[in-house]
Amino acid sequence: MSLQVRRRVLPGFGLTMGITLLYLSLIVLIPLATLPARSFTMSWQAFRDTVTDPRVVASYRLSLGASLAAAAVNAVFGGVVAWVLARYAFPGRRVVDALIDLPFALPTAVAGIVLTTLYAPGGWLGKPLAQYGVTVAFTPLGVTVALIFIGLPFVVRTLQPVIEDLDPEVEEAATSLGASRTGVLLRVILPNLLPAWLTGFALAFARALGEYGSVVFISGNMPMRTEISPLLIVTKLEQYDYAGATAIAIVMLALSFCLLLCINGLQTWARRRVAP
Amino acid sequence: MTSGVRRGHLSEPRLVRWAITTVALAFVALFLVVPLVAVFAEAFSKGFDAYRSAIVEPDALAALRLTLLAAAIAVPLNVLFGLAAGWAVGKFQFRGRQLLLTLIDLPFAVSPVISGLVFVLLFGRQGWFGPWMIDHGFQVVFAVPGIVLATIFVSFPFVAREVIPIMEAIGTEEEEAARVLGAGGLQLFLRVTLPNIKWALLYGVILANARAMGEFGAVSVVSGHIRGLTNTLPLHVEILYNEYNAQAAFAVASLLGCLAIVTLVLKAVVETRVQGATRTMGAPAAEVMGWESKSAV
Repeated sequence: MSLQVRRRVLPGFGLTMGITLLYLSLIVLIPLATLPARSFTMSWQAFRDTVTDPRVVASYRLSLGASLAAAAVNAVFGGVVAWVLARYAFPGRRVVDALIDLPFALPTAVAGIVLTTLYAPGGWLGKPLAQYGVTVAFTPLGVTVALIFIGLPFVVRTLQPVIEDLDPEVEEAATSLGASRTGVLLRVILPNLLPAWLTGFALAFARALGEYGSVVFISGNMPMRTEISPLLIVTKLEQYDYAGATAIAIVMLALSFCLLLCINGLQTWARRRVAP
Repeated sequence: MTSGVRRGHLSEPRLVRWAITTVALAFVALFLVVPLVAVFAEAFSKGFDAYRSAIVEPDALAALRLTLLAAAIAVPLNVLFGLAAGWAVGKFQFRGRQLLLTLIDLPFAVSPVISGLVFVLLFGRQGWFGPWMIDHGFQVVFAVPGIVLATIFVSFPFVAREVIPIMEAIGTEEEEAARVLGAGGLQLFLRVTLPNIKWALLYGVILANARAMGEFGAVSVVSGHIRGLTNTLPLHVEILYNEYNAQAAFAVASLLGCLAIVTLVLKAVVETRVQGATRTMGAPAAEVMGWESKSAV
């Protein structure tokens, strides 16, 4: 990296940059570099066999499907929550606002065991649901429920500031020009929220893909049915199959990387939309 | 806050507002409130004595100690890094700056399981440095150093992410003025920069600490689950739960639940301060200086 400093009036650039790069390399870059480096020691054939094994493919399907479903639910209800928090006054608004970050603050293992207990056949929510023939715990639906919990703050926290910053004058102008409230919502507000909305959806999706702690309890971990990809990495590691674990990790890393690019693109789009 | 509330034709009809609010609150209740309440209800399901004995049990206390130790190492190191990165990236322009910012965010994009896996690949028995280190009597994986490393990794970006934007937004004028007036590097940082960024720094510390104490996936991969030795609180919760000792698991989990509540309260309090500081930044520099120097002295 070439360091072109315009005018260095302030001291300490060399020192702080040195610390930053050293620490970043030691803690993040070198450890992460072991993944691709390790996979080069595998033959292409072995790599392909591992990542296309039916059990592994079933885990991709579950991870992708449940993450997509959870992100979609969060996009809808998280959107509603963000709108209500930004626009309406009601008693306890500040408490609800603070509570939205609970999934960030509550350790995932705790979320995992409490959701499992709640949705187990005899649990507070599992029992009434069972009467309608809906089983949540130890099914793909349970995985989705855990991922909804984990992803909710991403959608709310991405949308909320954008809704708060909407210029009321634009709405006023549209209304005074004869637009109905529904028209204003669909033609004025929605297009302005779209980039942030998609960003929130993508963030929740990305987080859900890699999630482990909250899912392993409620999923039941049955091969081919309720095994998520991160769990398969752990399973392979426990069998000392380092190569297999690395191969699946590489596939997941590639997926997260693509998502990261999408999110960056969305954010650039969002910024351009906001800027005049 | 009522400023966001519109009246009459600029908002939805009262009935619609009411319906939407109900849907939102029901969703929050179902997915956030019920689980949080259930943690404490299950923890006390067999009375206070059972609760107490699950927590004062030696393995639980050992897990608590290890969790505190890991956070006590990881958070200060990440604060040091966050401040260095904040200064280098926030106060200076250079090529590759955007790339550096992306690299700092990397641990967020990686599954916790993969975060643990990389340290096993480096320091495990079949790892790059593992055999050499084990021969020299230093075990990382399935031991405390591995847990600390994994904890540092997952809580890595939090402080830097809060400090960099605020350092950038405040700019360099105040520091340049102090420099011209003869302040040394350290004095400059402690007397001018630190008071300006203190709330953002605290905010980052709160988030980093919550993640450090609560991490499960990454730590689980490197720990080896040795009771009383390499178990953190979240791992202890898992072990108890898998042994069908749900009440004890929830008792220990309730400690982490308390941590979450404290985190949320602190976060809400500090958030208003951070926003206050950001708002002041829009004011002319002289005003900012006056406002800040009053609170700094």
